[in-house]
Order: sequence, then structure tokens, then C-alpha cells
Amino acid sequence: MEPKVNNWEFIEKPEIVVHETDVLIIGGGMAACGAAYEADRWASPQKLRVTMVDKAAVDRSGAVAMGLSAINTYIGSNPPDDYVRYVRNDLMGIIREDLVYDLARWVDDSVHLFEDWGLPIWKKGDEGESLDGHQAQRAGNKSLRDGGTPVNSGRWQIMINGESYKVIVGEAGKLALENNKAATGVEQNLFERVFVIKVLNDKDDPKKVVGAVGFSVRDHKMIIFKCKAAILGTGGCVNFFRGRATAEGQGRAWFPVWNAGSNYAMGAEAGAELVLMENRFVPARFKDGYGPVGAWFLLFKAQATNGIGEDYQVTRMEETRELYGKYVDNMGTCIRNHMMILDMKAGLGPIKIHTDKALAKLGETMDKKAMKHLEAEAWEDFLDMSISQAGVWAANNMAPEKVPSELMPSEPYMLGSHSGCAGLWVSGPGDFGPAEYAWGYNRMTTINGLFSAGDGVGASGHKFSSGSHAEGRVAGKSAVSYAMDNPTIGEYAENDEDLAKEIYMPMETYAKFSGYTTDPEINPNYIRPAMMQQRLQKLMDEYMGGVSTYYMTSKTMLEEGLKYMEMVKEDTVHMCAADLHELLRAWENQHRIIAAEAHAQHILFREETRYPGFYYRGDFLKIDDEKWKCFTNSTYDKNTKQWNMFTREYHQIISD
Amino acid sequence: MPSFVITEKCDGCKGQDKTACLYICPHDLMKLNLETEKAWNQEAIQCWECYNCVKICPQQAIEVRCYADFAPLGAACIPLRGTDTIMWTIKFRDGMIKRFKFPIRTVEEGQLSITSGAQDCQADPAKIKELGLFTQQNAGVTYSVPG
Repeated sequence: MEPKVNNWEFIEKPEIVVHETDVLIIGGGMAACGAAYEADRWASPQKLRVTMVDKAAVDRSGAVAMGLSAINTYIGSNPPDDYVRYVRNDLMGIIREDLVYDLARWVDDSVHLFEDWGLPIWKKGDEGESLDGHQAQRAGNKSLRDGGTPVNSGRWQIMINGESYKVIVGEAGKLALENNKAATGVEQNLFERVFVIKVLNDKDDPKKVVGAVGFSVRDHKMIIFKCKAAILGTGGCVNFFRGRATAEGQGRAWFPVWNAGSNYAMGAEAGAELVLMENRFVPARFKDGYGPVGAWFLLFKAQATNGIGEDYQVTRMEETRELYGKYVDNMGTCIRNHMMILDMKAGLGPIKIHTDKALAKLGETMDKKAMKHLEAEAWEDFLDMSISQAGVWAANNMAPEKVPSELMPSEPYMLGSHSGCAGLWVSGPGDFGPAEYAWGYNRMTTINGLFSAGDGVGASGHKFSSGSHAEGRVAGKSAVSYAMDNPTIGEYAENDEDLAKEIYMPMETYAKFSGYTTDPEINPNYIRPAMMQQRLQKLMDEYMGGVSTYYMTSKTMLEEGLKYMEMVKEDTVHMCAADLHELLRAWENQHRIIAAEAHAQHILFREETRYPGFYYRGDFLKIDDEKWKCFTNSTYDKNTKQWNMFTREYHQIISD
Repeated sequence: MPSFVITEKCDGCKGQDKTACLYICPHDLMKLNLETEKAWNQEAIQCWECYNCVKICPQQAIEVRCYADFAPLGAACIPLRGTDTIMWTIKFRDGMIKRFKFPIRTVEEGQLSITSGAQDCQADPAKIKELGLFTQQNAGVTYSVPG
């Protein structure tokens, strides 16, 4: 292919805007809103400027955009040590215990704020019954802050009426930005519908951040943000593997379809160290609709069985123990997946969750009114956060209170907030733990001034929505602290004109070549972003352990796949865009591809199967604690486009 | 498809300050046809069925037809989002109807405060190197360490 050039011959050059700030928050989800809320308080009295850039609208952006039916991290009266043990067990023994313990110290403060701001939280009534957020308010139940008792579905999980969860948290975030705007007198500090494509490093110090660049998906405008500190809060990575749906259902990803791996890719390209990027999450969820199972298993005590009524967690126990030893006792999420997959591969499906029996049992002691309330609770679990699931049931004439439903392990996802721990390697709090885990400001990456939070931070899963907000607050405070200590904004190496040419090249390409064929879909001069995504998904699925191989891969498979990945990377410059919407998709795919390659490189590097049920190295099927009870880290060289892989020591801080 | 727009009902939000569905869609899917002044979902394969366009539409012109590559036809989940509750009507393929009402917030939209109660305090920049979020520092929280 001829190299592509953009000399603005076929499209107009965009307006170039430069926006200077002190703390730049990239993203608008839970972590970013937490960052804005906290940063404002520390920054505004000193007239330091805080700016947020969101590719969507803050009211409904990020992973909580649809809503949630539970807050999955609330410490309450539990000891933080136990929270660390729970996270460590679920994530197969390797986590940054300093980060996880640290989070446990802050997270409840965010939950209490959510309730202050108007999030309805279920409470226990006098008889031990569940009251929804309105009933509890009318009954005069105390807030959590004042000692009210939540309805725990699990030890760390509390039930909420969370349809408007993000609207509420977003409103608080926006108020904080308004406050900072008034204090500093800046004209604008919230940029919605602006997609940031890369972080800019200092021209004299590549280990330091000085800004970021993006484009508006509404106006023909490129925006350069100059800053003292930046926070990456742009979520996990979704739809980089072929999904189980075959056509329009591909949008029904379990995690939000707009999470494009931007956090990992932008961090990697800036030179920041990544950790545990081999980790993935394969949620076993209600088939097709991907409705949540947590409340069903934990709150309603539903059981899952194979097609002939056996409990695979019993029948598959011994053979699983032979391979994975002590890790089976903890019954981490991936181990449960593993046992289910064994049955599925043996033709013992479909796997079903017996929602009907669970509700019938709970109903034995209930009157009609209480039963009706229970049915509504069960449906709300879906209507708050996975409406498609309710749609799938209605379309199949199924009601979960009447019939069991099929479970299915999904396509893989990368994230740092849920039952996963891929992400950036960040500094810990420093008041405890090994010195090598604390090299600077809390939650700062290995690039000076570049912070992260939420899904972006690795080795510390199970933060969920509340923990992501709290971690955002920690990062927000740290970023202000960094900006106070580093008052000069450096210069970036790139030339504005070259950045614009690079960003808008897909549009120039489309305008230049699309007339060459009678159908712009099929054209030898370019690839449309939608097709590039399909190409990536097929490659990841077939070689890197997707659903079509039941998550199985190996050195030979990975190396073969990585050869094709080289050409995927080469072809990214040939993506086209007919408009700004498609330009967004092109750049999302750029991010997705780098994140996907990190995933493959990490799986190749770690010669064991640390997360059975999430993926398998067929050539190293066991867990090898002797060699691999350590962090696997990497850096990426954006110039040579090569990965550098290495290990870092795991330190146990909390006893077994 | 995800979300679809009913031609007769959509007025392109002519009288509003912004086109609601374009404003809210987290994945930049909704587009306004400037000639017909009707909105449409430009990339159905990318729709998460989050219903945010459905909930925000002032004309109730947007609904969702569940993903046709796995869901049989004929069902619908229809929300009506008010100021403090949301009402759901679930229509099954066989005609059965279920209705639910759930709380959505206890403080009215626009009335939220970030400066009252436990938040009625300032952060002290001199204490920024010390442990704790500003609310915790103000409340005098003690911070545990492992062990």
C-alpha cells in the first residue's frame, strides 16, 4: 500500500484550539467524576484550574451510563484486611495489596456522598425486610452515614435503586467543575463530545506529561490541552474479541461497548508501565442479554446446574483441584467458570440458573404483597442495568420467577474495576507497604504527572463503581498536589500541524478515494473502521483464546496471531472516515488494537495458566507459583512499536 | 437495533435547546437528518440498548426492538422516567404485560448540593500531603494501616 498523506487537499483543515489548564481529567465516568469532585476542593482556593474532557455527555457516560442495581464495594464495619483477602482470592493471589487496602480506607466516603446526593439505597426494616430507597426514606430510616443498615446481597455488596446513579454522580461532578470555573474565571472547563486520542509528553523529558490532544465529534475542531497533571479515566476494553452475537446483537456487550481500551493504549503510548494485561474477565451471565447474576446467586440464593441437573461445582471439584490445587478452595470467579466450561465442553449443557426455584423458596414464608415486592426486586435488578435481559425474557415468553434461564460465559473483556485487574502500574499511598510500590504521588503512573483511576489502574480489581469514584478522588487530590509542586507547564515535541494531519487523515483518505469505486464500502485504498474492528475481533478470537476455542491458546497460536497483528497495526493508517462519527470509530480502534496487542503479548510472556476459566495456555495448563507468583509488566515504545516485557516482585502485605 | 425512532412522533426537538437523543447517547449513535428533521440510530450494531435515548426523548418517539439476531419478535420494554421514579411496562411476545415502578432519586435533579452537611467544609492545601480525602480530613477520620 502507498503511504497515506494528508495535505488538506480533499477536506478542510480544522480549527486548532489550545486550552491551558492545571489538572486535566480525561474521561467522564465514575473515576473522572470523583476526580473532578475532589480536585476542585483542593485546587479552587489556589486558583488552580481543573478541566474535564468526555467523549460523551457526563450525565450518561462511562460504565454506569445505563444504571446499576447494586454498589459492589462497601466496607461498612468489615475490616479492610478482609477486603484485601477477598480481592486477592478472587484474582488468583496476585494483587497490589497496598492499592486495594488503600481503597478500602476511602470508598465508603464516596458511598455516603452518593446517598447525600440522592441515590436511593435499600435499607433493612424493623422486621428485617428489605425497603427500597423511597420506602426507607418515608419510614425515616437513617442514612448509611448515620448508621442505617443497608441490604447486603454479599459481604461487600449493597442494593440500590440505581437507574439514575450516573446522572446523580455526574451532577455532583459538574457542580464541582462549575465551582472551579467560578474560582478561576476560566471560560470553559468541561468539554463534552471531545475524544482524546493521545497524551503529550514533555519535549525535553519523555517521562513527563504536558498535555493531550483530541478532536470534537460535533465541530470541525482539534483541541490541544496543555496541563501540569493529567488523569486517565477512560475505562476498560470491550469488543476486541469476537462476541457471541452474530449481527446487531454485537452491541450487547456485557461491559459498555464504548470502552475502547483508550486508557491502556494512551498510557502505553505515553510510556507508562502496564501490569497484568494478560488478565481478562469472562463473565458468566444470562445468555444473550448478559443480565447480572450477582443478586441471583448472592441475594436470592439461586443454584446453577448442568443440563442433567448436576452441580458442576461439586462434580468437577476433584479434577479441578488436581490442576489448580489450593486455588480451588477460594472458588474465585475464574475457577467457577472453569468448572462450568468443563461441563459445556463435555456436552452437558445447557447450564441453567434456577431463578424459579430460588424465588419459590423465598416465597414460602411470604404473603402475596411481599411476594409481589420480591418479584419487582428481581426485575429491577435487570431494568436498572441490563434492560436487554428483560427484553430477551419477554421476547421468549420467559419470566425468571417461572422458569430457569441459561447461563453462558461471554467473550473476554479487559478492565481494572470489576473481577479483573488489567491496567496501568501506579504508585501506592506510601504510608505502608514496600518502598518499591510507592515512587511518587498516590495513583501516579511511571510517567510524571500522569495519573489513573478506575478501570485504568491494574492489579487492584473489585473496586466497582464506588471504588472507581473513590480512586478518582485520590487521583484528583494527588494531581493537584503534583500541580502545586510543578508549577511550570512544559512544551510538547509534536507540531500542531502534524498532529492535525495525523488525526484527520482518515477523513482525507475517504474524501480522496471514496469516489474511485461505485460502492464506498468496498474500495482497495482503505478499510472502514467497522471492518477493521471485525478483523481485530476475528484475529483475537481465533489465536488469542476467544470463545471459538473455549479460551484456549498457546505460544504457537499466540505467535501466529501476533504475525497477523503486525499487519493490522500497519493497516491502521489506511482506515478511512466519512464523517466525524466514523473518525471517532477509527481512533477508538487505534486504541483497541494497542490494548489487544498488550493482552496477547502478556499472555505469551506469562508461561502458566493463572486464570483458568478466563483463558488457558494449552502448553502450560497449570498455575506455576514457583516461577509466576509475580507481576508481569510491560512498556511500549511508540516509535519502534515494540513491547518490552518484564516481571516485578509480588509482596504479600496482608496475612493469609 | 436496538433503538429506533418512530417517524410520526419525532419532531427533531425543534423547540428545544438541543436534540435530546444526540445529546445523551453515550456512543454517539443518534443523528439528526437535517432535511426531514427526524433523528435516527446511525449504527445499530453498536447499540448497547442502554435506553438513554428512549428515556430522554420528550416526544416518546424512541423505542427499542431487541437484537434480532437472537431475540424473537413482538416484545417491548417501555420506560416512563419521571422526576423521582421510573415506570416500566414489559410486553411479552405472547401479550402478557408486567408493570413495575422503581425509585430513581431522593433529591430532585438540579437540587443536589456539594457544599452542605458533611461536605460543608474546605480542603486545606497545607494538608494536601497528608492522608485523607477532604471530607475525611474535615471529619477527623483516623486511617488504619494493615495488621
